[in-house]
Amino acid sequence: MVATIESAEEDAVGQQGHDESALLEVEGLSTYFFTRDGVVRAVDDVSFSVAAGETVAVVGESGCGKSVTSLSIMGLLQTPPARIVSGHIKLQGRDLLTLPESEMRKVRGNEISMIFQEPMTSLNPVLTIGRQIGETLVLHEGLSEKEAESRAVELLRLVNIPEAERRVREYPHQLSGGMRQRVMIAMALACQPKLLVADEPTTALDVTIQAQILELMSDLKQKTGSAIIFITHDLGVVAEMAERVVVMYAGKKVEEAPVVDLFERPRHPYTAGLLDSVLKLGSSSGERGKRRLNEIPGTVPSLKDEIVGCPFAPRCSYATDYCRTDAPVLEEKAPEHFAACFHSDQLAEQEN
Amino acid sequence: MTIGRIAPETETPLLEVENLKKHFPIRKGLFSRVVGQVYAVDGISFSVAPNETLGIVGESGCGKSTAGKAILNLIKPTDGEVKLEGKRIDNLSGAKMRSVRKQLQVVFQDPYSSLNPRLRVGEIVGEPILNFDSRNRHAREERVIELLERVGLPADAAKKYPYEFSGGQRQRIGIARALALDPKMIVCDEPVSALDVSVQAQVVNLLMDLQQDLKLSYLFVAHDLAVVEHISHRVAVMYLGKIVELSDKHSLFSDPLHPYTEALLSAVPQPSPRRKPDRIVLKGDVPSPINPPKGCRFHTRCPYAFDRCYVEEPPLREVEPGRQVACHLHDDAEGTKGPSLPS
Repeated sequence: MVATIESAEEDAVGQQGHDESALLEVEGLSTYFFTRDGVVRAVDDVSFSVAAGETVAVVGESGCGKSVTSLSIMGLLQTPPARIVSGHIKLQGRDLLTLPESEMRKVRGNEISMIFQEPMTSLNPVLTIGRQIGETLVLHEGLSEKEAESRAVELLRLVNIPEAERRVREYPHQLSGGMRQRVMIAMALACQPKLLVADEPTTALDVTIQAQILELMSDLKQKTGSAIIFITHDLGVVAEMAERVVVMYAGKKVEEAPVVDLFERPRHPYTAGLLDSVLKLGSSSGERGKRRLNEIPGTVPSLKDEIVGCPFAPRCSYATDYCRTDAPVLEEKAPEHFAACFHSDQLAEQEN
Repeated sequence: MTIGRIAPETETPLLEVENLKKHFPIRKGLFSRVVGQVYAVDGISFSVAPNETLGIVGESGCGKSTAGKAILNLIKPTDGEVKLEGKRIDNLSGAKMRSVRKQLQVVFQDPYSSLNPRLRVGEIVGEPILNFDSRNRHAREERVIELLERVGLPADAAKKYPYEFSGGQRQRIGIARALALDPKMIVCDEPVSALDVSVQAQVVNLLMDLQQDLKLSYLFVAHDLAVVEHISHRVAVMYLGKIVELSDKHSLFSDPLHPYTEALLSAVPQPSPRRKPDRIVLKGDVPSPINPPKGCRFHTRCPYAFDRCYVEEPPLREVEPGRQVACHLHDDAEGTKGPSLPS
């Protein structure tokens, strides 16, 4: 097992030179849902890239399009109502959107795999853990059922499940939530993917279990060298796991920066507002009642109506007239730090 | 003022909970024989003073929501007493409990399932008034509008249906309904955990403003430690049906005494990328409340457990004024505070 993982790492490094530096490039991705009530622009012209071995977090609140982005990458959107109306998703230079389904199946679970939020609904309740982990190995690596099972045991050990030989024959309902998420991770890692897409992998878990899973994911990343796209709404998790962060709002990418820059010098008022409204443990050690939380007024706009101007303008304290008529484009405000805002500099001054 | 309230013993508590237990029988077989019990809440005691917020935190299955429901008498407690303003309410019949409900209200977690989708917001918020108050229709409608404005919704919200509102606005509707009868105490069961962070802040601010203006008491049940820290005066930490630590907010969060509290606090990811977590990662899962471990219930996961913890259950006792903890490490009878906790 260990040997194969090491070779995967070499692979990933070797492949890196093959294309530029990016493992995955998402370019101008627009995913719309065509519903009876109209067109929902769930993801609207979003671009970002992930280098080999890098962890990129995609953050935003419900309905910002972060999960639809991940499903678009995986090719798991239900069509109709969803349709990718424009853009490219390139894995090592190969555009996944042009691949026929039969080719995409060879990519999915093999080169890119995914961890979902709800480990109970994403595991098959009538198959044993071993069968489910083994399935990808039989499919992609042509192992026999028997070989697949022994590999499944190794994988369960890798994700620190005790008594792996026994657990491999158990069903999902016999495991706790944390264990199930470990099984999901084992499944995702079975074929040593180059890219792991983790969609809110710890949101359904308790904090002490979340701590275990985050620790496990960091460990495994060290061992396997997979790149990770970490989709989450939890800024604490972002701060801990990510190297680079993409912030989404109303289907658009509004900011992208290395993690420390983003937290310390946000260049988009939405990011700044989000960071202000999040509660930090131990921060209210002073007198209660004196401090009000900073809130972002109002609510997220409906994605059914075409948004004129900056989507955040109605909730933004920096907004001026032209914010309501012209949409700001994403610009590099500082090295490697992009934001789509006319008032970035004013915000940066204020923050200082 | 309510700031920094730490000594509720000095005045008559509004709510007193004494050795509250709720066990759910497990039935099996043809004759539904009782084959076991789920010890969901297994003897908890605390009090809440007027105008105070007591937070109850813990992970799934620790019994915090069950405790809330048992206090509200929505489920019958197995044992123990619940007193509101000195009068027992846990043994009241449905009809007698009705009059208590005016004093004791609830806000639920899910703003989607806790509002009747077929009623207009005005009817939802006005329903408690209709049930308990003999005001005429006009006065009732006025009161509804007053309540809606109080929670930051426009007056014309009364004519709309719940589906027309976002999650945060629905939670405001739920709060307006809870306020309709001028209660003294509101049990908030995870009121902000279904909401996005930016909206969470709005609702937390609203709850705190209402407390100040209306002199409310809250029992605030939640799993989010940062939210509980922000809103509470005192905090109780539950593990497997028991309170393991109960203390004023400041001491609990800055200097946790129980190893579980300590681990829980260290497990929360902090939104500061430079500070890499110095974390105590607990091994294993929470044991089942059907068959809780003997001795201290936390000993199976406790990094400091010693022989006594396996056999003897530590009672919740006061170790410093206003600070209660159930842990042998803080047992004064040993003459020390036990093996010192590595920090």
